[in-house]
Amino acid sequence: MADHNDATPQPPPAPPDAAPLPQVRKSRWSISLVWLVPAVALLLGLSMVVQAWRSSGPRIEIAFQTAEGLEAGKTQVRFKNVVIGSVKAIRLAPDRSHVRVTVDLAKEAASFASADTRFWVVRPRVGASGVSGIDTLLSGAFIGADAGKSSDMRDSFVGLETPPAITYGAAGRQFSLRADDLGSLDIGSPVYHRRVQVGRVVSATLDKDGRGVSVQVFIEAPHDRLVTRSTRFWNASGVDLTVGANGVKVNTQSLAAVLAGGIAFQMPPGLWDAAAAPENTVYTLSPDQKTALTPPDGEPLFFTMRFDQSMRGLAVDAPVEFHGIDFGKVVAINVDYDADKKTFPTVVGVVVYPRRLGAAYDKLQAPGDGPEQQARVMAELVDRGLRAQPRTGNLLTGQLYIALDFVANAKKVSFDAQAVPMEVPTVPGALDKLQEQLASIVERVEKVPFESIGTRLDGNLARLDRTLERVNGEVLPQAQQTLKSLEQTLGDVRTTVNSAGGTLAEDGALQQGLAQTLKDLQRAATSMRGLTDYLSRHPESLLRGRPQGGSLPDEKAAAPAVPAASAPAPGTPP
Amino acid sequence: MTAQAALPPRAPLLGLVECHACSAVCRLPATADTGAHHLGRCPRCRAVLHRRKPHSIGRTWALLIGALILYVPANVLPVMYTTMLGRGGDSTILGGVVEFWHEGSIDIALIIFIASVVVPTTKFVVLSLLLVTVQRASHWAPVARARMYRLVELIGYWSMLDVVVVALVCALVQFDALGNAEPRLGIVFFGATVVLTMLAAATFDPRLIWDAEPADG
Repeated sequence: MADHNDATPQPPPAPPDAAPLPQVRKSRWSISLVWLVPAVALLLGLSMVVQAWRSSGPRIEIAFQTAEGLEAGKTQVRFKNVVIGSVKAIRLAPDRSHVRVTVDLAKEAASFASADTRFWVVRPRVGASGVSGIDTLLSGAFIGADAGKSSDMRDSFVGLETPPAITYGAAGRQFSLRADDLGSLDIGSPVYHRRVQVGRVVSATLDKDGRGVSVQVFIEAPHDRLVTRSTRFWNASGVDLTVGANGVKVNTQSLAAVLAGGIAFQMPPGLWDAAAAPENTVYTLSPDQKTALTPPDGEPLFFTMRFDQSMRGLAVDAPVEFHGIDFGKVVAINVDYDADKKTFPTVVGVVVYPRRLGAAYDKLQAPGDGPEQQARVMAELVDRGLRAQPRTGNLLTGQLYIALDFVANAKKVSFDAQAVPMEVPTVPGALDKLQEQLASIVERVEKVPFESIGTRLDGNLARLDRTLERVNGEVLPQAQQTLKSLEQTLGDVRTTVNSAGGTLAEDGALQQGLAQTLKDLQRAATSMRGLTDYLSRHPESLLRGRPQGGSLPDEKAAAPAVPAASAPAPGTPP
Repeated sequence: MTAQAALPPRAPLLGLVECHACSAVCRLPATADTGAHHLGRCPRCRAVLHRRKPHSIGRTWALLIGALILYVPANVLPVMYTTMLGRGGDSTILGGVVEFWHEGSIDIALIIFIASVVVPTTKFVVLSLLLVTVQRASHWAPVARARMYRLVELIGYWSMLDVVVVALVCALVQFDALGNAEPRLGIVFFGATVVLTMLAAATFDPRLIWDAEPADG
């Protein structure tokens, strides 16, 4: 087509029979050289396209709650602060519930499209683990990425709203803790072992039924092997200030934990399973260290107790002790009304953990026993005098605790073992008992009519005074006379006694007669003894009479005859 | 030729040729090869004499197509990377126009838009039109086409405005963290596009517009 140039009409007078002109073909070359320009441009463009195509990685889509801080074409995607892609477009999801961010990953970052890669927006954050993303204050947000391990590729992701606490390749293990509430924990809160930080809280989610919180913690290697099956976790957040029956107790983990909250774990003292726990083992997060290190409580039992006196000083969570062992705690304190007695008894609900009794529990109850056995054991114990008694744990604070103990000579009470919950009979507290007794003493003392006693005593004394005066005036002279006559009487008595002495003298007639009588009596007694001896040896003589030749031995002959006669045994008569 | 009564006779008809460089009118030697482009040198300035610019249409097409190809990356690739207090990024020409427009600087947006989009596009369209009509030896509105060509020549270099802006900004805005501007590859392509279009306009010989006239007449 370039030859059109030469097709322009030439002047008509042409030499008619000119020699053939030499062919000039170099024009083709000059034309071709010009065409190098678009060719080079095309090459350049093509090479760029090829390069762009070759260097372009996968295109993925990430869903975020908000596109705050994100800008199409400008926001970068970074992994370890290396740019691995950029945001191409931001658009709303069709249902407008979230935004969908289209990201072009670099070719070499194609592996970031694996299924478990996590994306989140890095913004300035002030959290438990400190301040992060401060550089994004000026530079604007970027999308952080954490590579996954999965080989399953995807092009659609759901972005995290908060940065993950652990990043790709971090060595360690993750565990799950179940807690009643989150306390002051947050994602990134430290996890301590012997006050050394060894991990972090990764996530915290409310259970679906709303009954608790699941906290995921990540323990870095090599500390993760310190977590064993028996390890106990507790919430070490803040200052643990307890005013209880044991006085005031302040317990803190570290200043950082005081401010930001934290979790601590430890093995309970004693012999336990020291094998490292597998990943994702579930533990209970105790509210404090003491609770955590007590033996496992097992199934709690609920009892009620009815106290007739005021329970001032008893608080919920006050300990329940059995024989001095922390056995449970008070969970409810209510006032009831007794229509019969017209009184307001206090009903205390307690939860006890029988397993805390250790060996005693094992002996009281076989593992397979059900509630019937529990009730039976309880009835037996109550029958033996088990009573609940409020006791003063601390005289300064006046805190009460409930003591379950055997009370000697406790009054028998009716115990309904089938009731749910069981009601443990109670006795008044020691101080209350003392008070009661003092009161009754005072009451009785008050009943004594001191006033009338006083007035009567007064009158009596006056009368006594008068009586004494009369005694002085009238009775004493007479008494003197009486004494004199008494003296005379005594003199008479003495003479009488003297004469009696003469009668009873040794040579007196009475004395001689008496001696004679006594001799006769002695003789009679001797012959009597001989008869009885004979009879005892020969009782048959009472019936048969005296045997021939036999003689009733007198005092002299009886003695030799006794062995001969006694030769045959008394039981074998001839 | 009879139809072109209004037009003056053409130089070749009179055996004359004009020097491109110094516009001296020389007499065409009678022995000269009419088909050859090389007609000798200007007796005054020693420039090579041509009847028409040599291979005008082919060269213009080549340069125009080259410019058109380069215009694609010039618009797709970012021309400048700017950061202000750590915030910013790459911006393409059209992206910059949109940005200025949204920020309320409609006048600047318009200037950039005209200089970097309207002008090159106009040149592409006009030069293509001229080339096609010349190749087809069209008789259509030669005066208007000549005017268009003059317009293209006039506005051609204004497209370099963008390149100058980028060069100036990148040279001046170097405050590290506070603000920074760096040129990006796109501006090179854009500059090349402008240069090629200007060359294309220069290689096009507007006299070709009139050359078609006698053939039809």
